[in-house]
Amino acid sequence: MIAEIENLTVEYPGVKALENVSFSVNQGDFLGIIGPNGAGKSTLFSCMLRLQKKYQGTIKFFGQDIKKSQDYLKEIGYVPQKPIFEKNFPVTVNDVVRMGLRKESDESKVDEILQQLWIHELRKRRIGELSGGQQQRVFIAKALVNNPKILILDEPVTGIDQQSIDLFYSILTELNSKQNITIIWSSHDLDAVNQLANHVACLNRTLFFHGESDDFFKNPELVKQYSESSMQEHMHHH
Amino acid sequence: MAFEIFTFSFMQRAIISGIAIAILCSIIGLFLVLRRYSLFGDAIAHSSFGGIALGLMAGVYPLWTAYGVSIVSALIMTRIKDKFNISGDASIAVLLSSGIAVGLVIIGLSGGFTINIFSFLFGSILLVSINDTILILTLTGIILIVILLLYRQLLYSTFNEEQAKISGIPVEKINYLIVFMAGITVVTSIQLVGVLLISALFVIPNVTAIMYGRGFKQTSIISMGFSIFSVVAGILISYIFDITPAGTIVLFAIGIFACTIGIKSTGLLSKT
Repeated sequence: MIAEIENLTVEYPGVKALENVSFSVNQGDFLGIIGPNGAGKSTLFSCMLRLQKKYQGTIKFFGQDIKKSQDYLKEIGYVPQKPIFEKNFPVTVNDVVRMGLRKESDESKVDEILQQLWIHELRKRRIGELSGGQQQRVFIAKALVNNPKILILDEPVTGIDQQSIDLFYSILTELNSKQNITIIWSSHDLDAVNQLANHVACLNRTLFFHGESDDFFKNPELVKQYSESSMQEHMHHH
Repeated sequence: MAFEIFTFSFMQRAIISGIAIAILCSIIGLFLVLRRYSLFGDAIAHSSFGGIALGLMAGVYPLWTAYGVSIVSALIMTRIKDKFNISGDASIAVLLSSGIAVGLVIIGLSGGFTINIFSFLFGSILLVSINDTILILTLTGIILIVILLLYRQLLYSTFNEEQAKISGIPVEKINYLIVFMAGITVVTSIQLVGVLLISALFVIPNVTAIMYGRGFKQTSIISMGFSIFSVVAGILISYIFDITPAGTIVLFAIGIFACTIGIKSTGLLSKT
């Protein structure tokens, strides 16, 4: 088992961002976490990545409580929702990917990963000059450069054009099927999750469903219930 | 006459110290500028004013007390800023004014020592002793080694704190390290340009270099180049025309900045 989340509850003053959320992730899973805005997806990731340390319950990676050791982070590649940086920040694509590198000795890995993600020819360009889709691929490259076992992506296609999204999804599928990288990916796009993920977790502060994605998507009653529960916020977002 | 200048040992010391300080200010300044902390150098410099006054009153070499006061107050201010969520510019304002206030009160209490304080306000690079030069070179060497060793951690936590944390980088410690190194750099540089103009050396060469659209290493090399040129040209020209070195150095830096803007507006540089 890669990850176990048990009874995770996060309280902000006056609001429960997450309540009693429990699920587990196995090696090779492609888990789509769906939920409307404000459902607690980012809070969940913050807890899993030790950015948010105030929570009740336990989070384990590789059987270890993450409060006791942060070694598991070495096995995780993280792609943020929309990476925040100054447009003029003087770093090239090469610089950004290299930042992710834990060991200087793995330098050849940088070129390899840039080629794999079709951004090798952009390597000397500044990150701020690139389109949203290209930047996102750079951040995946950075996340992958240490050969992680798990890739965590927080709504990674926000504000990106459709062509880049398609390319992005095909990259994810390949990473999961060919390199057996476990993917934990949050999205509010039900169709995309239906197509890509083999497991699904529906979150709306509490966990509404967790299991194989076919069990969810082939059960119209369940999808309907879920859609209704999150309809207002979902529509509002679009 | 032009080459004769270089035979004077005070000029050799000034230029060697000046080049070391130029390199130091440029690299530390690049991290500060990119963290939107451009005026932090200025704030530390002003707080060092309090330290200098304290040293003069106590009869201790003023730069020693300046090192102590600046570094400690900068670290305390950073801690307060993080803990109580005060914005960067407000914390700079607090640090800046408290240093000057302390300095003024101490000067008042001790009946004033205007002559000495002037050399710290406006710099006195032509007066650096051989011991000063050795100290400047040593500190520059140590800080450069630290930066080279922690290059990835420093750059990553400047680029994006959150992602750096997830990569296992001790971002908070790195932040304090930058503040600590900035404190040392500022006080070391006081002899070159004085308390009042220090932030110019931190900011102007870096803002200029960033406009050239290059990656991090190249940007820092361009910045160092501009910084060294401004310092050396400033020292020489000011000596020849008998004007203040600090002002001349900063004007050279501003001149390069203005030229870069000129070149950029003609479209000869890339757009970024």
